[in-house]
Amino acid sequence: MKQPDSVKDMGRRPGEPLAQINQFEQIPLPPPFDKLEDEPEFAQLSDAAREKYVVLDDTIAVNIEKPTTKEEEDKLVNGFLSGLEKLFSVEDNWTFLQPFEMSMEHCAKCHTCSDACPIYEESGRNELYRPVYRSEILRRIYFKYVKKASPSLHGDIDLNWETVARLIELSYRCNLCRRCAQTCPIGADNGLLSREIRKIASMEMGIVPKELHDDGSVLQLKVGSSTGMTPMIVKDNIEFIDEDTAERTGYPIETPFDVQGADILLIHNAGEIMAWPENPGAFATLFEAAGLSWTLSSDVIGYDGINYGVWYDDVQFARVAVRHAQVAKKLGVKKIVLGECGHAHKALTVIADKILTGDLNIPRESAIVTMRDILRSGVIKIDKSRNDFPVTLHDPCNMVRLMGIVSPQREIIHAVVPEGRFREMVPHGVENYCCGGGSGFAIMSGHNFQDWRHRMTGRRKFRQILDAFQDESMDPSHMKYLCAPCSNCKGQIRDIITYYDAFEKAGIYYGGLVELIVNAMEDVQPGFIDWEWH
Amino acid sequence: MMTTLAYVVAYLGLVFFLIACGARFMMWSKMPMHVRWELYPVAHEGGGKAAYGGSYLEETDWWTKKREVSLVGELKVMVPEILFLVALREHNKKLWTRSFPFHFGLYLVGGVTALMLVGGLVVGYLPESIAAPVGKFISWVVPFLGGAGLVLGIIGAMGLFMRRRGRELRDYTAPADLFNLVFFMVTFGVALVTFVGFDRDFFMVETFILNLVTFNLAPIGDGTAGMLLALSVVLLAVLVAYIPTTHMSHFIGKYFAYHSIRWSDEPNLAGGKQEKTIHELLSRPVTWSAPHIKADGKKSWLDVTLEDDDNETT
Repeated sequence: MKQPDSVKDMGRRPGEPLAQINQFEQIPLPPPFDKLEDEPEFAQLSDAAREKYVVLDDTIAVNIEKPTTKEEEDKLVNGFLSGLEKLFSVEDNWTFLQPFEMSMEHCAKCHTCSDACPIYEESGRNELYRPVYRSEILRRIYFKYVKKASPSLHGDIDLNWETVARLIELSYRCNLCRRCAQTCPIGADNGLLSREIRKIASMEMGIVPKELHDDGSVLQLKVGSSTGMTPMIVKDNIEFIDEDTAERTGYPIETPFDVQGADILLIHNAGEIMAWPENPGAFATLFEAAGLSWTLSSDVIGYDGINYGVWYDDVQFARVAVRHAQVAKKLGVKKIVLGECGHAHKALTVIADKILTGDLNIPRESAIVTMRDILRSGVIKIDKSRNDFPVTLHDPCNMVRLMGIVSPQREIIHAVVPEGRFREMVPHGVENYCCGGGSGFAIMSGHNFQDWRHRMTGRRKFRQILDAFQDESMDPSHMKYLCAPCSNCKGQIRDIITYYDAFEKAGIYYGGLVELIVNAMEDVQPGFIDWEWH
Repeated sequence: MMTTLAYVVAYLGLVFFLIACGARFMMWSKMPMHVRWELYPVAHEGGGKAAYGGSYLEETDWWTKKREVSLVGELKVMVPEILFLVALREHNKKLWTRSFPFHFGLYLVGGVTALMLVGGLVVGYLPESIAAPVGKFISWVVPFLGGAGLVLGIIGAMGLFMRRRGRELRDYTAPADLFNLVFFMVTFGVALVTFVGFDRDFFMVETFILNLVTFNLAPIGDGTAGMLLALSVVLLAVLVAYIPTTHMSHFIGKYFAYHSIRWSDEPNLAGGKQEKTIHELLSRPVTWSAPHIKADGKKSWLDVTLEDDDNETT
């Protein structure tokens, strides 16, 4: 395993990767994937990519081209320093000024957070991925080059274009799950500092992974969804989903669109409509059966709850959040209910809370809470025996650690799954591990980045999934259900199950929470969950 | 001469400490509202939710219901955290075995000093019938707790110093970090030598503090004893003044890290008191330079947020 010897290496060893992982030295997974030599081969970064872009480690997320002139080098350094100064300004960074300064000033560099980081742990404790490694570089740059303080006080670091470019790359080796912050004895948040580095890159330097910006928030603001779906396409797709769902359930549904004055505006992650149509189909079935007054919106952005700005850019974040609220205001709904998407939950409910005011301050609620109350009301008859298979639950970080929604999803599972069939992952709830797709990784797959995230960020979650089912037969004919009530988490989990062929080899299937409910509804035909790999 | 200098430095050190702590406190408390960035569990969540990390967001129509906020819940976390560094014990036991004695030693030394100050006021200003028993109690408890505090502080500081010199932390350690720990070791060491060698009943230091609070700058002790007492006081006073100027002021920052960030979950309800502040912040100018921000230094957050949708790609 190659790793940096020092924080100072960030600006040294030009052109060299600072860290490289040997896949045969990683900690083996639980059975039946416990033989390292049987694991898929880790795809290597191409020579052309190493030649063209800044090199940090085994992969590339941001695609920062190597500068060819001194002017280009200076532009990188000066842009970064200028952005760093703005992070300390009330005008430019009131949004995070206090949490940011707190973490810059008070980290004791005690490394308590390291053990909490699944990336650091699964890398074999590679120094490059230690949560403090990247934040320490940021602190040293700030104190030495902005505050002009003596390196004796805060440590030394060389500042050149490579330091800057590598640090930006390194900010995309963190899931922003904030597990590190949870363990900090002082209250410093090194996860936040990754996000603040991303902000400098995006908001000051215009450097950001294409998947998050051009194909993400920009596309969403332009056409309505990062999937590229326009309002017309969404309506067509939902019509098809309604028909298909009704055929499977024998329960006719017609998803309402643009119902003025409805109680609820339901906003899905549009990825569900594209990749997991059974999820919006199940929501429509449940909400109709419960007799709720609800609607979807066909306004631009109103049908896609994602907000990628939450991972890299406060202005892009605010733009999307405000447009979500404007759509709800136009419909005159009583509340917005967020579908199964973790970051959409946190973005619109928690973070946008300090942005939306007046008639845009429309209450927001989690669909998990809404569903829990439907079940509590008794209006839906449940046949638990239809869910008589092993079930485990993945907790999306955004819902648990960052929002405190922990109990409702468990209450739902206990209401629809027979006793003894549900098993918790260890740890779970607010101490959960990220799926590995957090902070945008689930939708990033340039070069060999997908392989890297399976090897590094998703490996701890896959380990947890396998551990949760260790008391069950791993025979593929014995199907096991991994419930992941979040679209991005499902994307990452789908990818990692595919990577290890865990559906074919171990019978591990995944899906959302609402699908489990509808699968157990007495009023629909049995077999809503079809156990077919999609 | 040395004693007079010690009185002067003690006054200056205390005053500087109070001013610097006040300034730190004001700095953190005057920071603008930020977006919510809480981290669960939030200790003041009521209804049994804090125990598993739940929040009021688990309730349907939560904005129509009264929030249950438990001060007792906060105290149940904060008091053990302050006294015993519970989070560190849970997440980093190895460090806790060094950090806990260090911090607890500081608490004891600080507590004993406060006790002697109170004792000084009682003895100096209250009638004999009250002053005598209080003085007796303080004379009995101070040497024991003070001595223990100094020993624990030195052991803890040495442990932390060794750890910072170890392989894992060495690269993350600035010279100032080591200086801070040495400063503690030297200061507490001199105080311990004074205590063990010349002032086992803490009589000299108690007298010094009594004189300090009664503004009686009379010399105390002579020869080596007097010199060591004066040196201890000077070192302690300088240390006390130095702490709030460094990242060791985390005892102030930590309050805000918990109450203003980690546990700051108060919702912005429609028409509520927070909206005015948010409006003010959204009207601040933006100077971020990336093209897609479309800022010119004059446009406000509200302006750039409501920009047309023809967002630029990078």
